[in-house]
Amino acid sequence: MNIHEYQAKKLLASFGAPIAKGIPIFSSEEAKAAAEELGGPLWVVKSQIHAGGRGKGKFKELPEDAKGGVRLAFSMDEMQAHVDEMLGNTLVTKQTGPAGKQVNQLYIEDGADIERELYLSILVDRTTGRVAFVASTEGGMDIEAVAEETPDKIHTLPIDPDTGVTADDAAKICASLELDGVAKDDGMNLFPILYKAFVETDMALLEINPLIVMKDGRLRVLDAKVSFDNNAMFRHPDIAELRDLTEEDEKEIEASKYDLAYIALDGTIGCMVNGAGLAMSTMDIIKLYGEEPANFLDVGGGANAEKVTAAFKIITADPSVKGILVNIFGGIMRCDVIAEGVLTAVKEVGLQVPLVVRLEGTKVAEGKKLIAESGLNVIAADDLDDAAQKIVAAVKGA
Amino acid sequence: MSILINKDTKVLVQGLTGKTGTFHTEQALAYFGTQMVGGTHPKKGGEKWTSGLDGTELPIFTTVAEGKERTGANASVIYVPPAGAAAAILEAIEAEVELIVCITEGVPVMDMVKVKRALEKSNSRLIGPNCPGVLTPEECKIGIMPGNIFQKGSVGIVSRSGTLTYEAVFQTTNAGLGQTTAVGIGGDPVKGTEFIDMLEMFLADDETKSIVMIGEIGGSAEEEAAQFIMDEAKKGRSKPMAGFIAGLTAPPGRTMGHAGAVISGGKGGAEDKIAAMEAAGINMSRSPAKIGETLLKALKG
Repeated sequence: MNIHEYQAKKLLASFGAPIAKGIPIFSSEEAKAAAEELGGPLWVVKSQIHAGGRGKGKFKELPEDAKGGVRLAFSMDEMQAHVDEMLGNTLVTKQTGPAGKQVNQLYIEDGADIERELYLSILVDRTTGRVAFVASTEGGMDIEAVAEETPDKIHTLPIDPDTGVTADDAAKICASLELDGVAKDDGMNLFPILYKAFVETDMALLEINPLIVMKDGRLRVLDAKVSFDNNAMFRHPDIAELRDLTEEDEKEIEASKYDLAYIALDGTIGCMVNGAGLAMSTMDIIKLYGEEPANFLDVGGGANAEKVTAAFKIITADPSVKGILVNIFGGIMRCDVIAEGVLTAVKEVGLQVPLVVRLEGTKVAEGKKLIAESGLNVIAADDLDDAAQKIVAAVKGA
Repeated sequence: MSILINKDTKVLVQGLTGKTGTFHTEQALAYFGTQMVGGTHPKKGGEKWTSGLDGTELPIFTTVAEGKERTGANASVIYVPPAGAAAAILEAIEAEVELIVCITEGVPVMDMVKVKRALEKSNSRLIGPNCPGVLTPEECKIGIMPGNIFQKGSVGIVSRSGTLTYEAVFQTTNAGLGQTTAVGIGGDPVKGTEFIDMLEMFLADDETKSIVMIGEIGGSAEEEAAQFIMDEAKKGRSKPMAGFIAGLTAPPGRTMGHAGAVISGGKGGAEDKIAAMEAAGINMSRSPAKIGETLLKALKG
């Protein structure tokens, strides 16, 4: 689960991290009061969307030479003009895809006197199985480009969960960021705070790009991108409330209600599969035979007929779907349960497009029998290869 | 021979009294008499569990340590819900259970970071979490894999994905090869066992004549495994291998069901993994339906 920058900063501040004063606004009318409260003389107006690259992003509705999604304002009038240009318009960044994202919230923040821009992130390093800091002096830039071009400028430090961030660890991160004087003192304080915030709130990623050294030598968190481990949200109801549904695909929200892992894609063949690996492979094999998947959908291990029906409805609600492939290899999942769910759904919502069903595993004979005896126009397939060929042929023939 | 488990393996079930634990324990008992020796529950110690299939009774113990002491169990399987899964694993580590298999899906990553640290200090091996388990045909079934698709044979299978493990098993059975052991290591970013340890065991096992390795997008475990295979081959240790990577068409930045299956920061893409495995001499199948066929071709040289 992702949250907005202003939410991330508020959370980090509650752990004691240094952030600028800022106020989120949702309408043009709130801008003046927010700016007055902050006092100026320099304000930063920042689009709040769940995507990176906002500064270099472009608004769809504005002329090509208009400014991006993060803007400086040196006067109240300029600030208000930015707010009116940005709010409600669609920001396209390299992370949003060509459709872009509507900017419904802005964050008005105090400007800062920047001396140096650094990069700092915390994530779970799979290779060591530990929480790790990633630090670089090359902040404010695209860190992927830095990693590609000058990998020696990126330092990774895994943390022992038994000890947390030791003074020695913090000193190493300070050295990686070339901090000294007051900035080093700030760093020695800040890094354990960030680690604590990460571990205690079950973050999956905390990225501060940039972390700045100001002209007075102090450190400040200038931008913050935070995402959480969905599997741990059960123990953080307060954080779960920060979820912004307007940032998510409607079908994906509907799917999450039924605990289905669903991701909308651009193709024409709707897929319903059990298991993430098999679901991805089903997408892959559709592509191999020359068509594109309309979605990723993993119904999970313990699906019941109700869940399968919900999944089927979500797939058929997508107007770009020209055919459906159901691919189930039952382990926990019983094929007869899947068959029943599919048949119920077909009877309820009707079937406007070709449907190919491939069943294998637990209770496969019962499942196949149910489908064969249903009298519905369902194309049965023997294996995955056969299934993929049949659905692609059916869609191409239509 | 086989790896990890065989007919002498004695299995305790953590979370036996739940619906999932019950169903799969019944299935395991029915699979060539897998030695399920008991279950644990903090409040139901002293009670009995009864199989709905054939009335087999198993004792329930209060703790894993007690269960191990009384039954001589050397393995445990975990079916407890995500919130309590890490505590269950830690309890099994504490009781020095040799092999711990955690089936539970959705364990918080931070919990697994703590578990991983505890494993480093112990002699226990953890398979999973979020995995289908381990199965040695006609001897022992730990976890949720459907037993009917297996056949005793010569292929060692290791996979990050549950249902793709079944595909590989099914296809190697249909190809007439059968399996020595199949291991689903699980799809989470932090897990007990990675590919390399399993590949090492399969290389060392005389009855395993060939190996299937199934990976997916995310992380760099496949690349590390490919490097291991390459290094071992230089020492003269190699077996014919077939491989498959799921997620060729997955868009970057989206987590595909498994918490671990995500292409992030330009890393973890399928093409890189396929290239690394091919460079290590592994015969890669582009289609998930042709894993068995690819292995047969590799065996014929």
